[in-house]
Amino acid sequence: MINFQYVRATDVADAVHRIAADPAATFIAGGSNLIDLMKYDVERPSRLIDITRLPLKSVEETADGGLRIGALVSNSDLAYHPLIAARYPLLASAILAGASAQLRNMASTGGNLLQRTRCYYFYDTATPCNKREPGSGCSAISGLNRMHAILGTSEACIATHPSDMCVALAALDARVHAAGPAGARTIAFSDFHRLPENTPERDTNLQPNEIVTAVELPARGFAANYTYLKIRDRLSYAFALVSVAAALELQGDTIIEARLALGGVAHKPWRDPTAEAALREQAPSQATFNRAADVFLRDAKAFGHNAFKINLAHRAIVRALIQAAAGTPQSQSDKKIR
Amino acid sequence: MAQTGTATKPITPAPENIPILLIVNGVERQLRLAPWTSLLDALRNHLDLTGTKKGCDHGQCGACTVLVEGRRILSCLSLAVMKDGAHVTTIEGLAQGGALHPLQQAFIDHDAFQCGYCTPGQICSAMGLIAEGRAKSAEEIRELMSGNICRCGAYPNIVAAIQQAMGQS
Repeated sequence: MINFQYVRATDVADAVHRIAADPAATFIAGGSNLIDLMKYDVERPSRLIDITRLPLKSVEETADGGLRIGALVSNSDLAYHPLIAARYPLLASAILAGASAQLRNMASTGGNLLQRTRCYYFYDTATPCNKREPGSGCSAISGLNRMHAILGTSEACIATHPSDMCVALAALDARVHAAGPAGARTIAFSDFHRLPENTPERDTNLQPNEIVTAVELPARGFAANYTYLKIRDRLSYAFALVSVAAALELQGDTIIEARLALGGVAHKPWRDPTAEAALREQAPSQATFNRAADVFLRDAKAFGHNAFKINLAHRAIVRALIQAAAGTPQSQSDKKIR
Repeated sequence: MAQTGTATKPITPAPENIPILLIVNGVERQLRLAPWTSLLDALRNHLDLTGTKKGCDHGQCGACTVLVEGRRILSCLSLAVMKDGAHVTTIEGLAQGGALHPLQQAFIDHDAFQCGYCTPGQICSAMGLIAEGRAKSAEEIRELMSGNICRCGAYPNIVAAIQQAMGQS
């Protein structure tokens, strides 16, 4: 870890002012990813701006029936919040599928959005990595890539976004509220994270001088028919190989709205409007779900070690849709997949 | 600390040590620490509270678990300076007088450790788990204790010890 200065921001305007004054500074909230990356010399901020004392810790109902979640609400407070548990159980389930109880107590909502890939080469400063050192090359494409992406990759980067929470937020059409020198703005969740293309060093479309202030959920919560199905190498406290957030709205025996987002397969939570369209106006059935999974994975591309992910993702999508349609969401403590 | 600045990167001047107050196991402790000092290092190296263990130092093992404001967190991924003014409970703060905390006694009763290195973290984590009140079944205890790795594999006995302590609380 290199030397750094430490300051506390007093309010959002002060935080924005301080980050604008020092381009090498970074915000710190939970620190559960940033401090780890600093220990590995992957992140080398000149200054940490501590935002943990800002008043961004509430969950409030919005006028249109949704919720506004302050950026500093901890992952555990969010997962166990009565309104989240009742109205957005998909989000609660996804959060509880991630990390450990200790880390969920530390990690913030905004920080979860901004966590960085767990690609081994990104962490290993002895190896080339375009995300860490632009232009140095990608070690994963021809290296060990069992955990890597199968959708939306580029020749520069095949890293995945590691969050579980963000997969549910993507499925729920959340919006991200940000503040910067030019004022406040709202970013659709699908526009928040980026694909690697030729600039894998940029994970999100948040500007370097902006701060996440809140995440807003629209009213539609899919509380009756949802599941978060996470497949990983051990049953808990491991990142997803493939995860599926599935949410359906049924009218009688017809799917009238469908959401499908995958984690562990791309540089961002992956949604596919065509696959979701293939589910709408259909009766829930294995054949329908198979077709949707075919569509979802039509452009999937593997890099050797991660070839198994394409088949695994297909099966996980079908299984998750069966769980969602049946109203039997995956338990995050009983790990049997039914 | 090695100077890692290069010709192209401005060198950050070494920061002043920052005065902070931690209330550790009920006792106010004044410290002056460099900002990069983890809460774990502050406890072990500056306050000589070596009960809290450094396992991986990267948030993957849970050996460094302590309670901050009553909630279990990883002290290795926490900067001490960010916890200024906070109440911290470590394994040294659990026994009252000469009497072990019921969780400590339960770990002995159930032989819930072999080498013991993960045990302070396991017990502090279990303190947090019981306070949270989310775990009822053995299955839920296992899931909500998954942040504490035991390489000796004492998990069944750890679950039994926690169940015993839960029955007493």
